[in-house]
Amino acid sequence: MKVFDCPVIGPRPISEFDYIGEVRRPPMDADEPTWAAYVFNRQGAPGLLREWWYHRPTGRWYVMERDTLKDEVVRFIDLEEVRYDIPA
Amino acid sequence: MPWRLLKYGLKSSHNEPRFFPEAKPLKSHYDVVIIGGGGHGMACAYYLAKEHGITNVAVLEQGYIGGGNTGRNTTIVRSNYLTPEGVKFYDTSLNLFEDLADDFDLNIFYSTRGHFTLAHTDSAMRTMRWRAEVNKHHGIESEVVDRDFIAKEVPYMDLDCAGTHPVMGALYHAPGAVARHDAVAWGYARGAYNRGVEIHQKTRVTSIRTQGDKVTGVETDRGFISCNKVVSMVAGSTPRITSMLGLETPIEIFPLQACVSEPVKPFMDTIVVSGSLHVYVSQSSRGEMVMGASVDPSVLHSTRSSFNFVEGLTDQMIDLFPFMSRMKVMRQWAGMSDITPDFAPIMGKTPIDGFYLDAGWGTWGFKATPVSGKTMAWTLANDRNHELIEPFRLSRFTDFELVGEKGAASVGH
Repeated sequence: MKVFDCPVIGPRPISEFDYIGEVRRPPMDADEPTWAAYVFNRQGAPGLLREWWYHRPTGRWYVMERDTLKDEVVRFIDLEEVRYDIPA
Repeated sequence: MPWRLLKYGLKSSHNEPRFFPEAKPLKSHYDVVIIGGGGHGMACAYYLAKEHGITNVAVLEQGYIGGGNTGRNTTIVRSNYLTPEGVKFYDTSLNLFEDLADDFDLNIFYSTRGHFTLAHTDSAMRTMRWRAEVNKHHGIESEVVDRDFIAKEVPYMDLDCAGTHPVMGALYHAPGAVARHDAVAWGYARGAYNRGVEIHQKTRVTSIRTQGDKVTGVETDRGFISCNKVVSMVAGSTPRITSMLGLETPIEIFPLQACVSEPVKPFMDTIVVSGSLHVYVSQSSRGEMVMGASVDPSVLHSTRSSFNFVEGLTDQMIDLFPFMSRMKVMRQWAGMSDITPDFAPIMGKTPIDGFYLDAGWGTWGFKATPVSGKTMAWTLANDRNHELIEPFRLSRFTDFELVGEKGAASVGH
């Protein structure tokens, strides 16, 4: 994959993006083993992976679902979908 | 042309003895099933048979022997790590390497070169001093050297890197070596085979059968095998195996690329690594410059190689060795690296009884081939982790006892 066809800023070379990694949701109120699993464990196996990408020139963050076997972006995800509330 | 080769070419039938005879049909039961016929898998089989007398062993390989990361690494062997756990482990490996050719009665082209890790910044120099002290404490030849020493040993290198990032010093590790990686896998495989181990190439494991929390066998594309002990030694394919068991791990797969130049006359008798420039290079016994860089930036389960890699690598390489601009890149390839958060492997027992892991070999697996085979064989035979691999157990992540080896990775990642 050399170009991201971004729905917001159009097609951009992949070299403009930083790879941040898998999208994860913290377990909030949980015991230590659950926290350790959240902090360290990853999906690992090939398949669809939701991941954060950072576009350096515009300073904007994106979440994309990518097929990690074929290296193809399957869809862009609305940030609302991955948003969660931090408990007060 | 050698006389023997000419005679061989003119003969109508070629009945040279095979290095590995054709595989027999799978048996219905083995004491131990090793998934993965690379260096680690073969070494484990070899030491199981040689040191523990366990010979009812099958090595299952989906491709061919040594066709995965064993045949894709840049063959460097060193033990100048950062943590005491890592130093002890890799030094045991280096010592085993030195005797392998005798063990196998096979030339593994083990060649001690001396290994320079260049430092271009004050902070890199600080890490080098730290590593040198840890290394020396464990009796390993490792020292910080200055520019004059490097200029004498590597006279063809531009120590100023064209003025952009001058070399300040280096960590010098005299025992650093290269070896022929294929021969290491073949030597272990032949040794294991001669002691009764069965090697089944083109045999893919499709699932692992369990009863409760206990392994009872493996399902393959050639039929079911019952067994009590299964060890996964598949590096970049590890998550595919662990997901068969629903076992979560911190392993992520990133491609690691490498390339070789056209062969030239031997001129370079050292190994040069620059963490800051993300490159490493040595000259193979065939004269090719063997070059590598850091892993690709994003997760990918593929061995594709890219132009970006060669472009980025050669840009840095030419800063160090300007004359290399006239050389051509001959071949490039990639392997799938199973990277862990602390840059240390994951070895030993797992929460599933009878399932053992030898994984998380990222970019540092080849040098550990002998010691991982030896310690995993011990672990399988005794059903408890060998003391050298106890720090690398999977449960270190839930115990918050990480090993922190990132500072000694050959290049920054």
